Amino acid sequence: MAMNNMSTNGGNMGDKNIRTIDFKTLFRNNIRNYSMFLILALIMLIFAPMVSWRNFGARNLTNIFFQYSYVLILAVGMVQCIIILGIDLSVGSVCAFVGALTAMIYNSGAGMPMTLAAALVIGVSIGAFQGFWIAYMKIPAFIVTLAGMMLFRGLTYIVTNINPISLKDNGYSYLATGTVDEVLKLGPIVDTGSFRLYPASLVMGVALVALYIISEVIARNKKIANGFEVSSTLIFIGKLATISALVLVLAERFAEYRGLPIVVLVVGTTVFVFHFILNNTVLGRYIYAVGGNSRSAKLSGINSELITFIVFCFMGMLAGLAAVISTGYMNTALPQAGLNFELDAIAACYIGGVSAGGGIGTVVGVIVGGLVMSAINNGMSLMNLGQHYQYVVKAMVVLLAVFYDVYTRRKAGLG
Amino acid sequence: MDEYILEIKNLTKEFPGVRALDNVDLRVKRGEIHSICGENGAGKSTLMSVISGVYPKGSYEGQVFFKGHETAYHSVKDSEKEGLAIIHQELALSPYLSIYENIFLGHMQTKFGIINWDRYIKESNKYLKIVGLNEPPETIVSKLGVGKQQLVEIARALSKKADILILDEPTSSLNDDESEKLLDLILEFKKQGITSVMISHKLNEVLKVADTVTVLRDGKSVASYDVKADKLTESRIIKDMVGRDLTHRFPDRKSQPGDTVMEVKNWTVYHPDFHKIKVVDDVSFFLRKGEILAFCGPMGAGRTELMMSIFGRSYGSRSEGEVLINGKKPDLGSCRAAMNAGLGYISEDRKSLGLILIQDIKTNISNASLGKISRFGIVEGHQEMLVAEKYRKDLNIRSPSVHQMTRNLSGGNQQKVVVSRSLMADPDIFIVDEPTRGIDVGAKSEIYSILNDMAAQGKSIIMVSSELPEALGMADRIYVMNEGKIKGVLTHEEATQEKIMHLALVN
Ligand SMILES: Nc1ncnc2c1ncn2[C@@H]1O[C@H](COP(=O)(O)OP(=O)(O)OP(=O)(O)O)[C@@H](O)[C@H]1O
Ligand SMILES: [Mg+2]
Repeated sequence: MAMNNMSTNGGNMGDKNIRTIDFKTLFRNNIRNYSMFLILALIMLIFAPMVSWRNFGARNLTNIFFQYSYVLILAVGMVQCIIILGIDLSVGSVCAFVGALTAMIYNSGAGMPMTLAAALVIGVSIGAFQGFWIAYMKIPAFIVTLAGMMLFRGLTYIVTNINPISLKDNGYSYLATGTVDEVLKLGPIVDTGSFRLYPASLVMGVALVALYIISEVIARNKKIANGFEVSSTLIFIGKLATISALVLVLAERFAEYRGLPIVVLVVGTTVFVFHFILNNTVLGRYIYAVGGNSRSAKLSGINSELITFIVFCFMGMLAGLAAVISTGYMNTALPQAGLNFELDAIAACYIGGVSAGGGIGTVVGVIVGGLVMSAINNGMSLMNLGQHYQYVVKAMVVLLAVFYDVYTRRKAGLG
Repeated sequence: MDEYILEIKNLTKEFPGVRALDNVDLRVKRGEIHSICGENGAGKSTLMSVISGVYPKGSYEGQVFFKGHETAYHSVKDSEKEGLAIIHQELALSPYLSIYENIFLGHMQTKFGIINWDRYIKESNKYLKIVGLNEPPETIVSKLGVGKQQLVEIARALSKKADILILDEPTSSLNDDESEKLLDLILEFKKQGITSVMISHKLNEVLKVADTVTVLRDGKSVASYDVKADKLTESRIIKDMVGRDLTHRFPDRKSQPGDTVMEVKNWTVYHPDFHKIKVVDDVSFFLRKGEILAFCGPMGAGRTELMMSIFGRSYGSRSEGEVLINGKKPDLGSCRAAMNAGLGYISEDRKSLGLILIQDIKTNISNASLGKISRFGIVEGHQEMLVAEKYRKDLNIRSPSVHQMTRNLSGGNQQKVVVSRSLMADPDIFIVDEPTRGIDVGAKSEIYSILNDMAAQGKSIIMVSSELPEALGMADRIYVMNEGKIKGVLTHEEATQEKIMHLALVN
């Protein structure tokens, strides 16, 4: 029929027999995703002259990851909660609680793998507990996790006796502050005295880029073979080049300081796994469906209670992981640890384009949102501005980011 | 005063990837009933949204003249001020507010910011009387059936002192009786000098009330007729709508129903809020292999409630009775279980129970059958695309691609997406609740032939329908319901409109 002519006519490349999406459509469809990256770059660039470009320095970039990975990990769980129209206010307290328990477990002689496993198991159990009330007893997530916030803070005070628990040695904190090169005792491959390059992150970066390019090319060819629309060759290559360059530059930065931080591996794996779950698995589809319209999801045969339950289990597990990392970073388990973690994670989600209406949000988006938060915190610390100012600036950024999001969404006719 | 109250010249409106309106001209005479016809996605609703300021000046090209001057609305409020009232395709009442609040919401006068509700309750009675709605104004809107809600919408429009009333498919969710009443109301308005613009897919209604008919096709205005002077016929309109003749609207079919596949015995369902009220009362029926059953009856007869309570207990606080499928009593405790037992259900309420509006066509189609296109819990995106593309072609869903968000589709095309989803789930017993609501004549016959094909393949179909011709044309047997009870059953041969009405209302 007449309408079947693809309005997305062959871009300016004119590849024969390949249906390409023209640049305008592509740009319009993805403007919100791109703009988050642009905002991140913009914020870094605004700070740069004020801190004499130290924020792009190898040491500083590495430190950002050491210091703020917990936000990224929590945001990956939080985005799923918000997609299904929930929220988790308890993550900060849970981090403190799990941190305290794992510090005790570690100090009692269990190795780091055991401690990590324990953290994840405790986290999942806490998530399951809260998820049970939310999914099956139909208590709003806000209430259940508000109760959880108080409950686990209280339990933390009880188990720690309101005293910090210091870790018996440095083994615990490797995960949070160590690098692959140090653990594997890799020496620098370039060493001129003032300039060193450690190998692990470089190898990793090159390997990732290679994998990424190969998988993208295969996916594109498969699309073409099936006659689906693809972006034109030029745009495709441009995208690959940009992303590869970013990865390699970051790898080089890590290499120049202490090598590849282990937390970066942890965050990277977490992001990859949950990105995959949300985009490519049946479970992920169900999560979006429940968030998009739970009544319709139900009639499509989706067990929305189970999905809600699973999401909160994920959140609990990620809170457990974040607990180990934040405790390791401090090198002690503090009873008042994890203060406002939930707010950071929620802010990261909203900066990262998650919709308060449910059903919309991506892992990549909230990671960028988390990095935006980290970049602001970091920039202001470099400028020696205290916590007070950081709060004010973060508040403005959250407000503006969400305003921008709502505005572009309305313009694109998305409500 | 000039002859035309509303005049549109060279109107073009584009959405990303879609030219919804393409150089449209339209002239509506003062005091007439003007009907707009066209296939799903032809641009009818978009045209009305432009006229009423939903899409503000500047977002379209061309001119709109209302009462002789060119309009430049920024929002619906502006058009309301000038006496233009629109009733959208999807009802836009506030479900938890009362009738009178809904009528006056947004345009009531206040004293120091305080509303004198008593005055409005009294005043709303006046409008309710005009539209013939016999309900206390304090009634919460969500407790009313769709037909009555429609009347509240009209009362709301009247309370704004409209000179022109735009109705987008006002009868699509009404049964014949209610439609009749509504059409009479529009004719009554005409006598009082109110102009009406009505969009409808029910061509018999169009010919009955309209003075002028304008046909849109692919966003263009292709023809405009004076119904009386041009002796306009349905087939003429259809030809203009689809660009070709459409010979048989109910495809022929030879049915040879086989053994009984489903039997419902003494099924009783209780109201979700008022646990003592029986919404479905001691209903028994059976369904044979390869058979098409229709359930007819007035709004509120309990048909939807019956079907939803069978499909995974999706309705009601409690139900009693037995459902046998192939002689066995399967678990029907959740929708998933019902689907595993071979049932499929298409809801009549596509917006709140059918679609996920913020997701695209592809995802909406595949959501109920991801098991078929996944391995080890991983969705195979390419296969999903292929399947979605197939349905988009088969049902002629109008959109630039399967990546279009369903909220941006026209009403009829949304319905086609809902139908596609159930087709993909491929149930043995297919329960369809108003499957052709808001669908144009061409697509209707496509859906009918799909249902016929399914029956021919040995699947069984239960069709809840408020359109008697559809039930008469399609069904092997027709169950007539009213007030939660089955009032009788007619075979294809013996059924007539009169008999159905008689059964529903008399005993
Ligand atoms: N917000 C939007 N974004 C993108 N496309 C849209 C939007 N709204 C409508 N369209 C497209 O414009 C075209 C016309 O839609 P419209 O709703 O006017 O059709 P219609 O004639 O009312 O159809 P129906 O009989 O199904 O209600 C359709 O192809 C639809 O997909
Ligand atoms: Mg419409």
